[in-house]
Order: sequence, then C-alpha cells, then structure tokens
Amino acid sequence: MVTMNSEADKTQATNASSTAAPAKTDCTSSNSSDPLAVAIPEPQTANATTTAVGGGAGGGVAPGTATPSPTPLPNGSNNGSGSAASPTATGTGATAAGVAAATGATSASQPASNPTTAPTSTATVAGAKTAAATTTSSSSVTSSSTAAAGSKQSGSSGALLTVSGNHHHHHHAHPQQSAAGQPAAQPPQPPTASALAVPSASHHQRGGKNEDAPNILVYKKMEAIIEKMQAESTGVAVRTVKAFMSKVPSVFTGADLVAWILKNFDVEDVTEALHFAHLLSSHGYIFPIDDHALTVKNDGTFYRFQTPYFWPSNCWEPENTDYAVYLCKRTMQNKTRLELADYEAENLAKLQKMFSRKWEFIFMQAESQSKVAKKRDKLERKVLDSQERAFWDVHRPMPGCVNTTEIDIKKAYRRGGSSHGTGSAGASLAKNPVEQLTRIIALRKQKLERRTIKVSKAAEALVAYYDQYNEFDYFITSPELPNPWQTDSTEMWDTEKNSKEVPVRRVKRWAFSLRELLNDAIGREQFTKFLEKEYSGENLKFWESVQEMKALPQSEIKEAIQKIWQEFLAPEAPCPVNVDSKSVELAREAVNSPSGPNRWCFDVAASHVYHLMKSDSYSRYLRSDMYKDYLNCSRKKIKSIPNLFGVKR
Amino acid sequence: MSEAAVPASNANANATEKMASLVREAENLKTKLEEERQKLNDVNLSNIAERLEQIAYVNIKPRKVLKGHQAKVLCTDWSPDKRHIISSSQDGRLIIWDAFTTNKEHAVTMPTTWIMACAYAPSGNFVACGGLDNKVTVYPITSDEEMAAKKRTVGTHTSYMSCCIYPNSDQQILTGSGDSTCALWDVESGQLLQSFHGHSGDVMAIDLAPNETGNTFVSGSCDRMAFIWDMRSGHVVQSFEGHQSDVNSVKFHPCGDAIATGSDDSSCRLYDMRADREVAVFAKESIIFGVNSVDFSVSGRLLFAGYNDYTVNLWDTLKSERVCLLYGHENKVSCVQVSPDGTALSTGSWDYTIRVWA
Repeated sequence: MVTMNSEADKTQATNASSTAAPAKTDCTSSNSSDPLAVAIPEPQTANATTTAVGGGAGGGVAPGTATPSPTPLPNGSNNGSGSAASPTATGTGATAAGVAAATGATSASQPASNPTTAPTSTATVAGAKTAAATTTSSSSVTSSSTAAAGSKQSGSSGALLTVSGNHHHHHHAHPQQSAAGQPAAQPPQPPTASALAVPSASHHQRGGKNEDAPNILVYKKMEAIIEKMQAESTGVAVRTVKAFMSKVPSVFTGADLVAWILKNFDVEDVTEALHFAHLLSSHGYIFPIDDHALTVKNDGTFYRFQTPYFWPSNCWEPENTDYAVYLCKRTMQNKTRLELADYEAENLAKLQKMFSRKWEFIFMQAESQSKVAKKRDKLERKVLDSQERAFWDVHRPMPGCVNTTEIDIKKAYRRGGSSHGTGSAGASLAKNPVEQLTRIIALRKQKLERRTIKVSKAAEALVAYYDQYNEFDYFITSPELPNPWQTDSTEMWDTEKNSKEVPVRRVKRWAFSLRELLNDAIGREQFTKFLEKEYSGENLKFWESVQEMKALPQSEIKEAIQKIWQEFLAPEAPCPVNVDSKSVELAREAVNSPSGPNRWCFDVAASHVYHLMKSDSYSRYLRSDMYKDYLNCSRKKIKSIPNLFGVKR
Repeated sequence: MSEAAVPASNANANATEKMASLVREAENLKTKLEEERQKLNDVNLSNIAERLEQIAYVNIKPRKVLKGHQAKVLCTDWSPDKRHIISSSQDGRLIIWDAFTTNKEHAVTMPTTWIMACAYAPSGNFVACGGLDNKVTVYPITSDEEMAAKKRTVGTHTSYMSCCIYPNSDQQILTGSGDSTCALWDVESGQLLQSFHGHSGDVMAIDLAPNETGNTFVSGSCDRMAFIWDMRSGHVVQSFEGHQSDVNSVKFHPCGDAIATGSDDSSCRLYDMRADREVAVFAKESIIFGVNSVDFSVSGRLLFAGYNDYTVNLWDTLKSERVCLLYGHENKVSCVQVSPDGTALSTGSWDYTIRVWA
C-alpha cells in the first residue's frame, strides 16, 4: 500500500506521509463493547481483507526484506503488538532512515513513484520520518527510530510527525473554511493538519479505488445533500451566536435543520425528517457542538457542519495510535470543553497500556500538536476542535452509539477480491472484459428471442392475483381467528392443527389453482379421492412419485427412477400413465442415459401429466358435487366473515 | 467464451479491436431490446392498479424483540411451524428461537464468525448455515451438544457463502457465493449436483420459484443483475438488468411470475417474467441508503424492504407507492422475511436484535 497513485493530486504526492502510512483494515468491525478492540475476520481463503502494512516501518528498517509492493500482506495484527521488524534492528533502522532521508525527501515530492521498486518506497517512508525528526527536537529522532523498529504502527506515527514539517499538507484541509460556514471575513487560515491528531491513513485510496469502496454510494448522496444545505441563500442558516461572555461560531439549530429537510425533501413527516437528520449526523456530516452522541433533536440545540476533509468518503480508517495522540492532546489543553468524557478517559488508559512502549512518542506528538493549536484564532479553534471531536465520535463512537463506519464484510470482500485478484471467480471474470461482454451479448440475444406479453397483460395478472388473494393477506385483511402475534393467543394455530374442520377460506383457495389444491394436505387428499372415483388416480400418483423421487438423496435416486419407470411408463407397467409417446421416449432416453439417470429425467413427462390434470380432472373436480359439498359443509361452520380493515371498502 | 486467451504477439491490437466490436454489439443489442420491449410497454402497472383502493392503513406494530446475539444479526429464517426462527450472527452463533415466547431454544457456536446465511429444512428438523468459512454446514435440531456433534459440512465454495435455501427437500441445499456461482448440493454425500455459472459478481441472494416443479430459482448479484435459472440444465433462462449497484436481495412474487429485487442503489424493483421487463421501481428522493432484503406479503401487494437506514419500508407494489415506514431498529436492517403463514414479519438487524412485527 505504499503505492502512490500517479493520478493523485499534487498535495497528496508531496505529502509522503499520507501515501506511506500504510495500515488499514478493510473492515473496522469493532463491535464489542470495547471500542478499541478491532475484530479482524480471519478468512479461510487467501483473499484477505486485512490489507496491512506494506512498506511502513519495516521498509525503513530493512529495505531488503520489506514488501512495498501494491500487493497487501495479510496481517492480522492491527494493534502494533510488535509484528513487523525485529527490535534488534533498531540501530540499523535509525541509520537507514537517516541515510535515506535526502533521497526520501526528493522522491516524496515527486508525484509518481514506481510502486514496484522497493527502494523508492522505503526511501519515502524513511524520508518522511527523518524529515519529521529534523523539524522537531533531537529526542524525537530517537523515539521515531525506535518506533520504526518497534512495529508497523510507527509507520503512521512517524508520518504524523512529518505532517508538522510539511506545510504543503495544508492544502488538504483548506476547503473546509468555506464549507464549515465560517464568516467569510475571517482571513483564510487553513488549519494545519498537524494540529489534528488524525492519521494520514488510507489517503492513498483517493486516487480511484475510493469510488469502489463500500458505502461510497451513500456517502456521495449524503454529501450532495449536505452541499445543498450549505448553499448560500437556500441552505440552512448558519450563524455565530453570542453567548454569555463568548461567541459560538458557525452553528445552526436542530429545529432549523429539520424544517429545512421537511421543506426540501419528500419526507413524510417530522419523524422521518428527524430520522434523516439523525443519519446525516451519525455518519458525521453534522454534529451537535457539545455532545458525543451524534444525533439530532428538533429543538434549539446547536449543530455544526463537518469539514469535507473529515467526511467518511475519504476512507479514513484511523488507527489507535492516532486516537491515542488525540486523547492525549485533549488532556494537555486546559479547557472545560476539551475535558475527556468518562469513556474517553477509559479509552486513554487502555491505550496507554497498549502502547506503553512508545507512549513517550505519542505524548510528544500530542504536545507538538497542542502547541500548534494554541497559536490559532480562538473562534477558529473552537470550530476545529469540535470538528476533530466529531471525527472521533464517528470513528470511535461513544458506547451505545452506532459505528457507522463498519462495513458489510460481503462488500469489503467483493471489492477487496476484485482489486487484489485473489478473490472470487467473479472478480477474475470482471478482469476478463471480453468474456464478460460475451456473456452480456448472449443474454441480450436470449432476451430478444423471447416471446413476451404486453405490460398491460402482466399488470392485469398481478392485480388479479391480488384480487384473489387479498383476503388471505393478513397485513391487509384480518383473519377469521385472531392473529396470534397480535393477541398472544395461539387459537389460530391450534385450530389449524387439531381441528378436523377446514375453514371455508382455505377450501375456497383450492379453486385458485391446482398448485393451491395440491399444497394443502386435505385438498390433496380430496383430489386423490376424486381421481380414484374417476379411475384416473395414476396421473396424480405418477406426478407425486416424481416429486418425491426428486427430493431423495442422490444415493437413492437410481433405484427410485427404475421403480417409477417400471410402475408407470414401461411397456408392461401395471399403472400406466397417459403420456404422449414423445415424452415417454424422452424419459426412456434419460433413464438409460450412459451418464446415468438424473433426478430430472421424468420432468417432461411429469409436467405433461400435470397439465393434463390441470385442464381436465382439476376443472372437473371444481365443478363436482364433491368439491361443492365440501365447500358448503365448511361454510356452514363459519359464523361470519370478519370485518375488514386496512383496505377501505 | 473460452477463446478469451489470445496469443501474446499482436494480442494488444487484436484485443482492442475485439473489445470495441463487442462493446458495439452489446450496445446495439441493448437498443434493439429496448425498442422491442417498448412496443409492448402499453401501460404502467400503477395505471392498471388505479381501480384498486388505496391502502390507507396497515395495522402493523412491533410485537416481539428477540435479544441474545452479541453481534450483528445477518440472517434469519422462519421455521415451517410458523413460530420458530433461526438466526445467524457475526458473533458466530446460530440461535433457534421460539419467537412467540421469545425463548432461545438452542444456541450453537460455529467455528467461524460472520455466519451470513441460515435456512430451515422443509421438515423443520435441520438447519443449514455458512458464511465466511465458505462452507454450508447442516445441523440436526436436537440437543445443543448433539447439534454440534452431528454437524456435517455439505459443500464448499471458493469464497464466502452468502445465501442458502433448501429447494423443497431436506436432501438438497442450494447456495450462492462470493465466488459468483450458485450450487446445488446433495446433503447426504456432499456431492455437487449442479453448479450455476454466469454471474460476473458475487451472488448475494437466491430464492426458489413457488411453482409446482420447483426447478427454477432466481439469484441476485453484485454484477447488478438478477438471473432466473433452470436447476436441471444449470443455465440462465432469463435475465434482468436495470439496477445501478449490487443486487442484495431477490424474492419471487407469490404468483411465481414476477420477482422483486433490492439494491445498494436504494431502490427496489419489480420485474415481470412474462413481460420480460421491469414493471415498477420503488424509490424516493429521501431514501438514499441501500436495500438489504425484501419480501412479499401473501397477496403480493405489499413489499417489505429492509434498508441500511435502519428502517423497513412497506411498498404498495401495484400502485408503486410507499405505504408506511417501520422504525425500531437502531442499526442496519439486514434481513426481512414474512412468516410462512403470512401472519408476521421478522426483521434482523446489526443492532443485534430480531423483531417480529404483525
């Protein structure tokens, strides 16, 4: 993942750290109560979703053994528990980083580095680190190189430091000024990303791969809406509110937001508008200015827009080290609004334990970020602090809040598979556009050859089906007996099971189609009796035997096929069915096929018999006294047809 | 189809040319197909449905909440007995619930997490499940210990198993997979009875046609297509395009002549097999999240759709209008299913719960 995309914008290319910071998990499934635990699924096949460290720290230490190729290494450890380079390499690592500094800096500023050459990539990483080291105190050199040897985590940690030395990075964050709804009069002072304990992670995705990321479709839709909300005159009114002794910059109220949604979207009511607002908030696009719970209330609570830099579509997958730096930084700023919540304090304690070996390093980063932050304009700082907090509320949500960045693993796999080539057959097919196109062409030809009916005919049939079945649709018509789920009474089920009486509605259903009749055990019984009286029972018997055979285990199929053949179709069959000679011939061929008969060998004959029954015996059955008597008999027992609700009559 | 391999020399020019001509052909066919279908597109379904009364009010409320999973609920299936539900979860557990009493009757822990699919056998005596392990495993429903001891692996895919159903028999299982194929397995021997190749993306969902022979099924895939398959031949007999993103769910209309689909493009669609085309799209500007799961009510008039926005939308399939919204889940709704007798709707969610609505 050290790959730098040649199409990536200049900002990105110059920012070596963002491209070099490698570790990312395709699936942030921290689902347990512990927000820091990152559950990583262990796939059975090679198509690992966990694209872990590429060049990273390992590259800085031992270029020879590092794997900076675009192919991700499956690496289960996300917590940097020392999986990368051997600690013994510390000295060399530091030297290597130092030596590579010059080249690294150069290559880092070039838009495209060859992703396949190991030295380039490693130099990038190392360069980034050393560049960082030079801009900070000398002690950080030690820590950065120690970290380099320690684990892959240091890859991004080192990168973070770089950011503070690399002012080109500011371009990244620049667009937020207007978007954040800041007063235009304020001189544009782009906040340095250095002050934000946010990782550069995954920015490599910006160049194209991003479009394929899971959730991206919905992010784009939300962003289009957010842009509408931020429109100058037609959007939600953003203002700076004067509070006691201070100002609250760039906010809007929940009530204003909900009103705007009601006015501009085809939502049904306030509930839906609120739900819509809640979703925008839980995905981090808007946030309450002083609450970790990302939700919206329809009142005077103040909300703020998130800066596009922090939007989830940028595929942030921030690491715990970044989170540690962020929390650590908050403890340094002596402001009530920055005080840690209880769960954050707990998280910080856990992280401190987890990263005890490099806590000094984390602390220093936090310190330097904090210093930068202090130099900033007061109002701007308020906005930035809140935006940064909201970012972490999205990625490390407060307990009880939904982590909206979690990805459906199927989607992660599907994308992962197609881009890494190790995945599904479908992925390989997608890589073979000729084959794919050939398939599409074949399907379209097939469609063209197909005989179809008019839409009006199909629509009439669907409406007619509803006409016939609406009284059986419990969501539309209430049943004769109370719905067990609505009344907690199982009477309906008990009657069905125990009673000999068949409700008239059920008997009526038999007249809808032969399928309905045969699907009902009692109906089938009745029809069998009827056929026996007519001396044509063998048709149904044959059809049933074929269906039963098809349901058998493979081991019993052969025998069953022979039995059916002997009983119904063979020249001397004791129970011959009335099937046309062509179907018999087809069945004979299938039964005697060299590859052995399969369970579908009587299908043609069976469907012939079925249609025979449907057009002949079935319609006679429906007209018979037998059916009518049965229907009347059950009708008498029914007290009354229940009143209908749902559909107005 | 297999001529894709071109000799290395001159390959580039040839391949480009071949590609261009194929693209042209595909486009021409598409235009022609649209013209042909347009000729028969004489009226909208919603026009025909004008004569029907509006569904003014649906009496549907949350009735049961099944709590017990410790992670996302990924799949549920109703027992043929109409009151039990099996659910599978990211926590690697399979739970069999008496949904009516909300009691857990069995819990089985799988060696894998992310059990993406589970299904009741028609007899109600077995369950099949699988997911990230790429396998479909069958458990008899007995005591918990026995269930774990008597499990059997029936089939294995080369990628995750996303969906499974029993096609009218305890003896066979039909599966769909991330390897973009579907497969029909013999339960007893684990033999592959038929495999279904044709999708160019992960298969996300399958459903069996409710016809008398049970030889047809439908699949939905990340290639944005829905295919109708003939189980006997293993061939695609009908295909439907139109979705702009992954098709996550497919379900046969109870009449067996139409299918509904749900997609990441946040729309549901109704395709009629007789007209061989899309006959309705269920979408709204304010619905922007993807659809994970759909199911019909008994009459086919209502379509329940579970969304990533935590809601279930009820669509009037004939009038193409939304009837109402069901709120309650606190995270993505991963699965919805109408009970076998049509009395209730079950919904499973990433909020770890299963709810029963009626």
